[in-house]
Amino acid sequence: MKPTIRKATTQVNQNEGLIFEKSSAGKAAWKLPPLDVPEVDAAKLLGEAERKDLGNMPEVSEIEIIRHFTRLSTWNYAIDLGMYPLGSCTMKYNPRVNEAVARVEGIANGHPYQPEKISQGALYIIKTLSEQLIEITGMDAITLQPAAGAHGEMTGLLMVRAYHQSKGNARKKILIPDSAHGTNPATAAMVNYAVENLKSDSRGMVDIAALASQMNEDVAALMLTNPNTLGVFEQDIHKIADILHAKGGLLYMDGANMNALVGKVRPGDFGVDVMHLNLHKTFSTPHGGGGPGSGPVAIKKGLEPFLPTPVLTTKSDGTLAFDYNRPQSVGRVRAFYGNFGMFVRALAYIQANGPNGLRQTTEDAVLNANYIRKGLIGSYDLPYATPSMHEVVFSDKLQLKKGVRTMDIAKRLIDYGFHPYTTAFPLIVPGALMIEPTESESKEEMDLFIDAMKSIAEEVEEDPQTVLTAPHSTRVSRLDETAAARKPVLRWKPTS
Amino acid sequence: MAYPTDRKYTKEHEWIQVNGNSGTVGITDYAQQSLGDIVFVETPKVGSELTAGKAFGTVESVKAVSDLYAPASGTVTEVNAELATSPENVNKDAHGSWMLKLSLKNPSELNSLLSAADYEKFVAEEAGH
Repeated sequence: MKPTIRKATTQVNQNEGLIFEKSSAGKAAWKLPPLDVPEVDAAKLLGEAERKDLGNMPEVSEIEIIRHFTRLSTWNYAIDLGMYPLGSCTMKYNPRVNEAVARVEGIANGHPYQPEKISQGALYIIKTLSEQLIEITGMDAITLQPAAGAHGEMTGLLMVRAYHQSKGNARKKILIPDSAHGTNPATAAMVNYAVENLKSDSRGMVDIAALASQMNEDVAALMLTNPNTLGVFEQDIHKIADILHAKGGLLYMDGANMNALVGKVRPGDFGVDVMHLNLHKTFSTPHGGGGPGSGPVAIKKGLEPFLPTPVLTTKSDGTLAFDYNRPQSVGRVRAFYGNFGMFVRALAYIQANGPNGLRQTTEDAVLNANYIRKGLIGSYDLPYATPSMHEVVFSDKLQLKKGVRTMDIAKRLIDYGFHPYTTAFPLIVPGALMIEPTESESKEEMDLFIDAMKSIAEEVEEDPQTVLTAPHSTRVSRLDETAAARKPVLRWKPTS
Repeated sequence: MAYPTDRKYTKEHEWIQVNGNSGTVGITDYAQQSLGDIVFVETPKVGSELTAGKAFGTVESVKAVSDLYAPASGTVTEVNAELATSPENVNKDAHGSWMLKLSLKNPSELNSLLSAADYEKFVAEEAGH
């Protein structure tokens, strides 16, 4: 068969080496004006610590730098080029209004060492975002400090530990479902809790009977993602919270999938005590390429004394200030008050959408995932029939008969002009294809995606070799990931 | 795949071969197959105490990092240093690539482990899921 690839075509793009290889001595992209202050004798000031040899730095002209990075950028796939269906990652569009607001001079040029008196605008942004995230989650208080999701998890669990400690027993274990994000058990281990695995039932949800039998006074918290990594809403969430609370445990929610809940249900209303949000997922700030991320942690009243320091407060004269006098705090978790530029963008997103707009994004995210589910059922195996929320998980069971695995299908998808979906996760689905379109995608783009996936399923039946050796239209063919992991080459060295 | 009958198996896909008071531990062929290409094996130090059913190390593949669980309690007497530089040996021959040896604390623990036939049945059910 001849595949119909509608979205992608061939295009000349330029080869480009490493910037170090372009270097020639004496070239520069800068010229400094004459010194207008007294010269400092670095040797006198620093003694032996003075560094004269800056090592092997590339010396190139300005246009070479510009061309270098522009050429590299043409090799990229990006959300601004097309659908980025990485399940669990929520690769949604980053609206330009966020960027416009973040570039307003007073915001972009603010400095964290400015006195509070002239930082009231920035503090007001922090206050407003905090209040709106509290309203969205139904929680009582929040810190915006953590730099990303896993950092938020760690901050949350430190507060869980401090809470239990204040009651006289820090407890020993964290329960984690087998469908969890890998960061959950890693976080629990980082804060010195033992991890106990909780099996999922046939619906792909927490097994209530197992939870009841594993829950005791040694358990500090359950870390739950809701909707979970199968894209399934934990329908027994109230029961789960009751089982934990009855034995004095706390319910931690990984809010990575909050994209499916905003404006519809609030974790604070279904029994969650601590949760983190990912501004770089749910609230449309840049994701990938270093973001940077932002992982606020929202909590219930009982945990408030343990919030990281500082905490934003309103003084008696109505001005805003940071309160550092927090004797029970788990301490500071991030320089200054976190990734402020992301707060601006997230706030812009929330306010541009408004309550009804946010509700609509949630509905569209769920609708889009179900549109893809409906479109691909029959072509791919659906291991859990439970209704999908914002993402859908298929398996490669049907394609495995021809020796084709999820990774092969993902590589072939590149030839069709799409970024691959998430492969081999969640771990409870062998050979998983995890697809999350987000609300950003139009029906037209999703139709192209569904056609591509169906076409690949046909190729697997008629010409599996094409899929097994994909990608074919990229600059480099399939990379040897195993060799790269076993024998990594981590830096460039001059050949001379 | 025929599983060697000279050893016992765990539901977490480790095998243990007993010789007197000493046990040799590795992971099964089913485990290496579902993990995919293994890139790193982390074993405990000689002298470490292992507790049956508890994690003692990790095995990292291109897909995921998975815990290794001790089939029995005991003290580590030897680790397979070759795996540090050649983790691919586990993919090539899982039943021949041992990870560590331990002196058994309580050999009766082994009674609760699976025989080769029972393990094969267990794996067939798990794969069919």
